[in-house]
Amino acid sequence: MNIAVTGINFVRQAEVAGRLRRLLSADAVLHAEEDTRSYECDGLSAYRQLPMVVALPSNEEEVQQVLRTCHELKVPVVARGAGTGLSGGALPMGDGVLLSLAKMRRILALDPVARTARVQPGVTNLAISEAAAPCGLFYAPDPSSQIACSIGGNVAENSGGVHCLKYGLTLHNVLRVRAVTVEAEVVEFGSEALDSPGLDLLALMIGSEGMLAVATEITVKLLPKPETACVILASFDDVEKAGNAVADVVAAGVVPSGLEMMDRPAARAVEEFVHAGYDLEAAALLLCEADGTPEEVEEGIAGMTEVLRRAGATAIRASNSEAERQKFWAGRKAAFPAVGRISPDYYCMDGTIPRKKLGEILNFIAAMEKKYGLRCPNVFHAGDGNLHPLILFDANDPDQLERTERFAGEVLEKCVEVGGTITGEHGVGVEKINQMCVQFAAAEIERFQGVKRAFDSEGLLNPGKNIPTLQRCAEFGRMRVRGGQLPRPELPRF
Amino acid sequence: MESVVRDWSQKIRASAASKHPFRLRGGGSKDFYGQTLEGEVFDTRAYAGIVAYEPSELVITACCGAKLTEIESAMSEHRQMLAFEPPHFAQFGSGATLGGMIAAGLSGPRRQAAGALRDFVLGVKIMDGRGEVLAFGGRVMKNVAGYDVSRLMAGALGTLGIILEVSLKALPLPAAEATLRLELPEDKAIETLNKWGGRPLPISASAWTGGELGVRLSGAAAAVAAAQKKIGGELLEPEQGERFWTGIREQTDPFFRNGAPLWRISLPPTAPPLKLPGEPLIEWGGALRWLCSRADARTVRDAAKRAGGHATLFRGGDKSVGVFQPLAPALMKIHKELKREFDPQGIFNRGRMYPEL
Repeated sequence: MNIAVTGINFVRQAEVAGRLRRLLSADAVLHAEEDTRSYECDGLSAYRQLPMVVALPSNEEEVQQVLRTCHELKVPVVARGAGTGLSGGALPMGDGVLLSLAKMRRILALDPVARTARVQPGVTNLAISEAAAPCGLFYAPDPSSQIACSIGGNVAENSGGVHCLKYGLTLHNVLRVRAVTVEAEVVEFGSEALDSPGLDLLALMIGSEGMLAVATEITVKLLPKPETACVILASFDDVEKAGNAVADVVAAGVVPSGLEMMDRPAARAVEEFVHAGYDLEAAALLLCEADGTPEEVEEGIAGMTEVLRRAGATAIRASNSEAERQKFWAGRKAAFPAVGRISPDYYCMDGTIPRKKLGEILNFIAAMEKKYGLRCPNVFHAGDGNLHPLILFDANDPDQLERTERFAGEVLEKCVEVGGTITGEHGVGVEKINQMCVQFAAAEIERFQGVKRAFDSEGLLNPGKNIPTLQRCAEFGRMRVRGGQLPRPELPRF
Repeated sequence: MESVVRDWSQKIRASAASKHPFRLRGGGSKDFYGQTLEGEVFDTRAYAGIVAYEPSELVITACCGAKLTEIESAMSEHRQMLAFEPPHFAQFGSGATLGGMIAAGLSGPRRQAAGALRDFVLGVKIMDGRGEVLAFGGRVMKNVAGYDVSRLMAGALGTLGIILEVSLKALPLPAAEATLRLELPEDKAIETLNKWGGRPLPISASAWTGGELGVRLSGAAAAVAAAQKKIGGELLEPEQGERFWTGIREQTDPFFRNGAPLWRISLPPTAPPLKLPGEPLIEWGGALRWLCSRADARTVRDAAKRAGGHATLFRGGDKSVGVFQPLAPALMKIHKELKREFDPQGIFNRGRMYPEL
């Protein structure tokens, strides 16, 4: 992917920063490079760009003021939460304002009876569950970055997590988003009731990658914490068998609260790092969890054990205590950092496929490892077919980065080919914008642009992310017929 | 089947050119729902059938004209269900279709536990007002590529396009179910439902009216048995329980046959009794209040708004008061823009949702 770095126009910078300083306190508007540097990328650090100006509003009124000013001056705005996103959705613009919601991190209300929390966008995902814990409640979506990622960012990306198989994505757990439009108007999508009149704009807003409006307040649903949970660790001597076992578990009639898979290279990396007690001889490991009342869990675990045994598991262990359950999960949750230890860099993919295609896609990935000469351990949210293959590379070697991106591109296109999607939960951002042209036809991309126009007719909110221009797709199409030779080799690559 | 789509596309292109309005219609079971019925009837039943159903993928894909009964019986053969329990309202038309179900966006009793219809929409294929066939979403559980246009179609009342195909998430049928009946006054029922909601109980539906609260438990047999002890009340015979929930879901229960206009009031579940004239029936753990009432629209709407929700004149009554709660101007502006993008000539279901759309 080639994204050119934009130089800063200092005259424009002084104008925009000056205008914003009249509205926000002096320390809430940054433009000096030493201050703006830390905003140059999100979790996808291969892409970097200094923002022209950073604005840090502390309340909704200030968000309105920033947007009103930017709208008037025709300055693009990129909203940012905690900056943990993995697709470059919060990559700043050299001619734009980076709007950080980090200062808006108050839990405004927590209603244990109605089981809702009203929070500002900068509140971290985990902070909501922590605040709800004394009431026996929790906020269900649990992306692996939950200690750091903000709820505003979760709304922008429609984040999932290991428990979304049973509890759903952000979309299923948010009741209401209050937001400011690019024209600085406050709007409410959804409500504290279960539905709202008119079109379901809340569904559009969630996962819109900051391109429709800027969220300032979010009401989330809280669920009663399950009384207990138990996880099975099952070993398989063949990856495809493990894949089929996943389908069997799902078809058997119990929805597990988590159903994860890891191949041997991933399990080995993890075991060295956290000593979770994983079977390192297995070709693939499944983690299969049941939660609920003690009766439900007992029934669920018995049923799943039987299904896994029939599916050919070579070893099955059920956690016999909460500590052991946590230990089993610790390995899965540490998969990314563990892989980070065995390679200078890794590139995390996020395709989703129909579960039955798991074997096919794993064979494809193995072939790609050979083709590009790069290793690729695999971790999956297997229950919902969401893959996170991790390509290992060294970013200091431009050739490796190039091969990595082509490797990833081919895998994502394979996901589309088998009936899946290029992104299950990390978003398109800048990272997968070319693959959007593979997944969608021109008319569909035009309708997406129409949705964008309906909210933001001048295209000032996070332009260039999520939805490609047709021109870009045409160029990408040409790139592909030329056998992967990128046009304009003089442009910098990241 | 492809010829049907081709014919429709030609028809839509021609109608767009002459701005000839259509009223999209399946079995007509929800003709009563919405603002006005305008335009020539466009029967969507020619494009029918189940496209793909793979129980182990928990996904079913079917065409707009597929009968809802056909879909549900195919699923029940594999012990699966549409967990949002969409109402058929067969008594009001000639058999609900999938397209109509999505366009109406209505969910039944299990919504309080399982989620709404829109939560189960994974992907759609639509024909827009230009006669173009467009696919959004897919057949997989997680998909964040592009805007969530497929869920936007749920409950859009056909104002944005013809729904051609839909992929829905299926869920396994619960292993066990039990219905309990308790005697409680309205305020106490709301309080109790919210208290239960905060505990890990397998409650899948609730309905209170006239001092009686019905509660359905669904899940593993042991969990249902354990919860039954915690909740108490009288246990109904399975057929009796099933009949009760069908009556609520399909609105064949005597409550819905009282003759007065029927209001659907959606509220935060903790909202206290609204004390409006007429009979209420409370579902979804307190979050949905049906009201048979001749009270004037403003009284009902103001009460709903004060309580943090909205009121729909669901069936009967004088529609000139506006069937749906009016939208804030900034939201209406977005609605109009979206309508223009998907249906530039305004040929689909004009005025079915709001007169302006």
